[in-house]
Amino acid sequence: MTALLNVKDLRAYYGQVQALHGLSFSLNEGSLTTLLGANGAGKTTTLRAICNMVRSTGAIEFEGKPLNNKSTESIVRFGIAHVPQGRGTFTNMTVEENLQLGAITRNDKAGIVADIERMYAYFPKLKERHTQQAGTLSGGEQQMLAVARALMLRPRLMLLDEPSFGLAPLVVRDLFGILGKINRDEKVSILVVEQNAQLALELADQAYVIETGRIVMSGVAKDIANDENVRKSYLGY
Amino acid sequence: MELFTNQVLAGIATGAIYACMALAVVMIYQAIDHLNFAQGEMAMFSTFISWQLMQWGLPYWAAFIATLIFSFIGGIAIERVLFKPLTKAPILTQVAGFIALFSIINSCAGLIWDFTIKQYPTPFGSSPFLGSQLISTHQAGMIGITLLLLVGLYFFFQYTRVGLAMRAAAALPESARLVGINTSWMIALGWGMAAAIGSIAGMLIAPVVFLEPNMMGGVLIYGFAAAVLGGLTSPFGAVLGGFLVGIFENLAGTYIPHVGNEMKLPIALALIISVLVIKPAGLFGRNIVKRV
Repeated sequence: MTALLNVKDLRAYYGQVQALHGLSFSLNEGSLTTLLGANGAGKTTTLRAICNMVRSTGAIEFEGKPLNNKSTESIVRFGIAHVPQGRGTFTNMTVEENLQLGAITRNDKAGIVADIERMYAYFPKLKERHTQQAGTLSGGEQQMLAVARALMLRPRLMLLDEPSFGLAPLVVRDLFGILGKINRDEKVSILVVEQNAQLALELADQAYVIETGRIVMSGVAKDIANDENVRKSYLGY
Repeated sequence: MELFTNQVLAGIATGAIYACMALAVVMIYQAIDHLNFAQGEMAMFSTFISWQLMQWGLPYWAAFIATLIFSFIGGIAIERVLFKPLTKAPILTQVAGFIALFSIINSCAGLIWDFTIKQYPTPFGSSPFLGSQLISTHQAGMIGITLLLLVGLYFFFQYTRVGLAMRAAAALPESARLVGINTSWMIALGWGMAAAIGSIAGMLIAPVVFLEPNMMGGVLIYGFAAAVLGGLTSPFGAVLGGFLVGIFENLAGTYIPHVGNEMKLPIALALIISVLVIKPAGLFGRNIVKRV
């Protein structure tokens, strides 16, 4: 397998404060990778650094092309869809407008219309509510909308920042099931940042554990889930 | 009763101009969260450009269209040169930028065209509209052009992809960037459109207030009043606010003793303050339904 995303010696800064201290990892084409760690470990910062939303140094390559110094909006055009923390829903627009915004960089009108229908098939709740203001959806529905919006880009890689945050366990199961399906059926590689380590390790095939801005553990998700030492010292369950 | 109808209709006609100015103000406010104090001066300068073009022999509508294009490009240029570098500057720096822009444009207009009052033509004539004594053809034209503009803008923002992208960039810049929208250019586009809308207001009101570098001062204050009344976050509210302020201004001038022409402007300012005290978000200010 070839590396889709290659990150080398990534260091990120918020003002004078350094949040990432030389992070290196890579993502295989078609993989579903999770990035685990406690609060403040630097998971969100890593995703933000990939999309150049925070000042960083180091090398980030996507399909062999460097992403450094590209603007956030141009990185999207490489086929990287980022669902940010808090979902980034356009709350005062309708569900359908949110989906259209996901495809705003595309020019194939017919394809966009077809993809919106495809999203409604994945998430029937969204079809029911397609004229409704997105802000009136429940938390779970908004997360579904965020994932659907990201898929509208027809991305090669999807970055998800704590999709389980604030959702009921049943809804999270549902959502993760869909993410697995998207990864298999649509051949979208996924990098998901999670605090809910147990669930993320069930879903993912590769895992990285990060602590205070450094990778402290990496490997096959199943192995990490089975390693009691790792679980106790880093994942807390 | 005829006096009343007459005053209301005249109010709607000037209200259309205030609506345009309010719309221009709201457009930039949505994009950068600041009131553009120089909006009126930009409109005045555009109006002078159209006047100059007509002096050089261009027919009215050709000058009108050329001025729209000039204003659109000029608005974008102002944003790129002056306000893009100030994006992250503190609010007072931005205010200073607006005031600088105000006086630069005002002085330039004075320098190029001097401060004497000039006649400005109307393409509609000033005869009674459809034989009615209530409203003149120019007033009817002001209302008509404004309504056309509003319908056009509505379709632009509701049904075009650029309109959707502009709304997204104004609502949530970070999310907009994450779907691939170049928010910086959307702001520039907002400036261009605001400048063009303002130029329409200027060209339509110039036959009434006459052309001179300070012609838009009062109009802009009414525009602000309209925007505040309707809600700075609501383009629809700003337009309705414009019409309401226009009507209110005329009725107050007619029926409240001692108000007359001199006291009309303080009334607009009193209106701004009352709205800010009683309903700070304005009549149609954003009330986002939000679920936490």
